[in-house]
Amino acid sequence: MAKVKGDIVIDIEKCKGCQVCMPACPNDVIGVSKNVNGKGYNYVETVNEECIGCANCAVVCPDGVITVYRKRIE
Amino acid sequence: MDTISKEDIRKPENIVYKRTELLTDKVMSYCPGCGHGTAHRIIMEVLEEMGIQDKTIGIAPVGCSVLAYEFMNIDMQQAAHGRAPALATAVKRLNPDKFVFTYQGDGDLAAIGTAETIHACNRGENIVIIFINNGIYGMTGGQMAPTTLEGMKSSTSPYGRDIKSMGNPIKMTELVAQLPGTIYVTRQAVHTPANVRKAKKAVRKAFENQKLNKGLSFVEIVSNCNSGWKMTPNQANQWMVDNMFPFYPLGDIKVNED
Repeated sequence: MAKVKGDIVIDIEKCKGCQVCMPACPNDVIGVSKNVNGKGYNYVETVNEECIGCANCAVVCPDGVITVYRKRIE
Repeated sequence: MDTISKEDIRKPENIVYKRTELLTDKVMSYCPGCGHGTAHRIIMEVLEEMGIQDKTIGIAPVGCSVLAYEFMNIDMQQAAHGRAPALATAVKRLNPDKFVFTYQGDGDLAAIGTAETIHACNRGENIVIIFINNGIYGMTGGQMAPTTLEGMKSSTSPYGRDIKSMGNPIKMTELVAQLPGTIYVTRQAVHTPANVRKAKKAVRKAFENQKLNKGLSFVEIVSNCNSGWKMTPNQANQWMVDNMFPFYPLGDIKVNED
């Protein structure tokens, strides 16, 4: 069975830290950062490597800051 | 499987999802977690998929989304409070080959703009109305709106909405579904990925309907107002599921056969 591996890139300067993406993720890839961005929000970041590129987080993100990548691994 | 690096995955050919080009690069002025941003994005994605960016004219309302024209990279006009359907009527009648939509909140559409909304729906103008219902006046500080639920606390109903003295909440979507001028009336939400995808399909159908010239498509999106409801975004979404959806059930209310 071919496996897929995904990755997300978060635009941390535009992220407002609303955390709506966190319950949408099936593998708990997203966590809240201890750091803040230029506007003072605790942005979200990836906390593990389990991303499968399902794009659920990007679909619910109100500010559209998440770009999703997915690659099949033979 | 462990050998693949992030640089290998992060290549343009592997992109599954990225922010649509039809949204400008400006950071949206909405509160963190507000459903407006998601609603803006699905409308712009539909326009991008249909390839009608240069043929669409949007009408911005008064309310939180008064600056929608700053974020949507299409031709837009901003209407006086509640008058977006009247302005959309004029725009559509003068430019019958353009796609025209209004984007309104509940304070705009269900309070000051009730007359314009109902008559535009009754006349069957060939426009799309997107109605964002969060049960509160978000921009001015969380006052009670016509759509505020019974018992719901707001800054002008601090002990909860009392039906006897403040009246009943209004279901605009069911109201306009009875009018012969509407051909597609639906209620959606944007708090989970599944709901966002369904709402996007509904918006797509609404814009496809505009080609048929048979009437008005009305899409209500039940949304949260976490700062007005004094909750975190995820709490507000849960509160919406527990309290808003029983009164404003999701689903199609009136569907046309193409």
